[in-house]
Amino acid sequence: MATASSPPTATQAAERMTPSQPATGAPRAANASALTVDARGVSLTFQSRDGAVEALANINLQISDGDFVSFIGPSGCGKTTLMRVIADLEQPTTGTILVNGVTAGEARLKRQYGYIFQAPALYPWRTIERNVMLPLEIMGFPASERRERMQRYLKLVNLSGFERKFPWQLSGGMQQRASIARALSFDPALLLMDEPFGALDEIVRDHLNEQLLRLWDQTGKTVVFVTHSIPEAVFLSTKIVVMSPRPGRIIDVILCDFPRARTLEIRETPEFIKIAQRVRSGLRSGHSYDE
Amino acid sequence: MTSSAVPWPRANWRPTAWVGEHTPIFAVVAVLFVLWYLAAFFMNAPLVRDAFERNEVKYTFGELVAGTMEAKRPVVPAPHQVAVELYDSIFGYPLNSPRNLAYHAWVTLSATAVGFAIGVIFGIVLAILIVHLRTLEKSLLPWIICSQMVPILAIAPIIIVVFGAIGIRGLFPKSIISAYLCFFPVTIGMVKGLTSPDPIELDLMRTWSANKLQVLWKLRWPASIPYLFASLKVSVTISLVGAIVAELPTGAQAGLGARLLSGSYYGQTVQIWAALVCAAVIATVLIAIIDAIAKLTAQRMGALT
Repeated sequence: MATASSPPTATQAAERMTPSQPATGAPRAANASALTVDARGVSLTFQSRDGAVEALANINLQISDGDFVSFIGPSGCGKTTLMRVIADLEQPTTGTILVNGVTAGEARLKRQYGYIFQAPALYPWRTIERNVMLPLEIMGFPASERRERMQRYLKLVNLSGFERKFPWQLSGGMQQRASIARALSFDPALLLMDEPFGALDEIVRDHLNEQLLRLWDQTGKTVVFVTHSIPEAVFLSTKIVVMSPRPGRIIDVILCDFPRARTLEIRETPEFIKIAQRVRSGLRSGHSYDE
Repeated sequence: MTSSAVPWPRANWRPTAWVGEHTPIFAVVAVLFVLWYLAAFFMNAPLVRDAFERNEVKYTFGELVAGTMEAKRPVVPAPHQVAVELYDSIFGYPLNSPRNLAYHAWVTLSATAVGFAIGVIFGIVLAILIVHLRTLEKSLLPWIICSQMVPILAIAPIIIVVFGAIGIRGLFPKSIISAYLCFFPVTIGMVKGLTSPDPIELDLMRTWSANKLQVLWKLRWPASIPYLFASLKVSVTISLVGAIVAELPTGAQAGLGARLLSGSYYGQTVQIWAALVCAAVIATVLIAIIDAIAKLTAQRMGALT
């Protein structure tokens, strides 16, 4: 069992939460320079039967408030592990990691991030509305506010009218949107998205990427996004972190300064192609040893 | 996604279609009855033949067959004899008479119900403890498995005597024996069910910093419901067997077990068979009830039935 939180801590955390926090980006714009994630010298070694596996080696990474940061790299490069370290689902072997100025563990207890997994992981016995309200139930929101927030966020992801459906009655893309509404429901400042659209076809993916950008722009949240699609990373991000495996490390950090409200058309521009090329060459240099 | 919403009654519903669907069931039942009649004939024939010969009566084959079907104390009673005995012993006496089979069935059924309830609650609590305390799994599980290897016929008199000594008699000690047998499948099924959520579903709970009680109530418990009902189906029949067995070695005055025992004392094979058929019918009904509850629950939990 991985649940480390004792009941009193969880209750305190629920009290510390401010459920009425507005869902707009306005209050956050003031401290836009603050660091949402600050990782220094983070390493993580897994002990497996075949010996130690160095999943992360000396990661230094700063993510500012309001950033959209993508981790890109081949499988096994530690991008998901790094995200799980930020989420306090894994503990680093060495190094320190701060999330919103406190340790990752404290940030988790304060419910400061929403995690979206590769699979929607909606509980099959709950309807869509009850899935979206689940974290709110756990965090002790009053019933009326749970319902109000559920309706608001289902509308935001274009799922109004599907409240009473069970997950299996929705398509994969709709399920993933419901899981995004669930992660947004308690209005965390930080969204951690682990290849959320990896299992979807390209058309649905493009569409959801545009919706995600609009949502990020409207809410002013900080997003950390794991992907292995170069166009997806370049299109979405303000910062691309290129990673390489064995050991998992950062080999390049690329800034993308397209306007926040961007459309799919920017994929045809020379700037876009230039950045995509730099990501590609970064990935290639990280890979060169096994060719 | 199979046919989740079949409107009932279906528009094209016809009795002939219903019979067609159930032909295999009828066929099996028919074969069983034929076998039963054959067994009744061959097992009882020597008995009837002896009786004829002892009285030096000439008999035809037809008379032999008729004799095997109507024997007073047959080795294997014919199905119709059991049916007549069932009818007579249920409707021939007032409901509270010890001669009424329904009265005995009720005595056993109430011990079964109490034992089942105790066993299920105990089994679930045990599973929850085992899932949450890893040390318990190592220290308790071997004992639980051991408990099921001891023959219940050896344990039952001990339990009855111990409870009798502290003044508890009647239904409760029988229920304890029934519970002793039926908690086991519940524990095993629920340990499996409570640990069935995916790592990703547990991770989600962790990202919301849910406490253990919330993880249990909102994730582990609903995820284990299908396992629970599978276990309940096994356990309900076991608890009936437990209640009957508890009546055997203790000289109980009432209950299906007592009926079986008195039947064998007095060589009343028809009575024994009637009690057995009665127990089988009760078990079938109990399973059907659990099945119906399971279906309803599954529907409410969004299963694609």
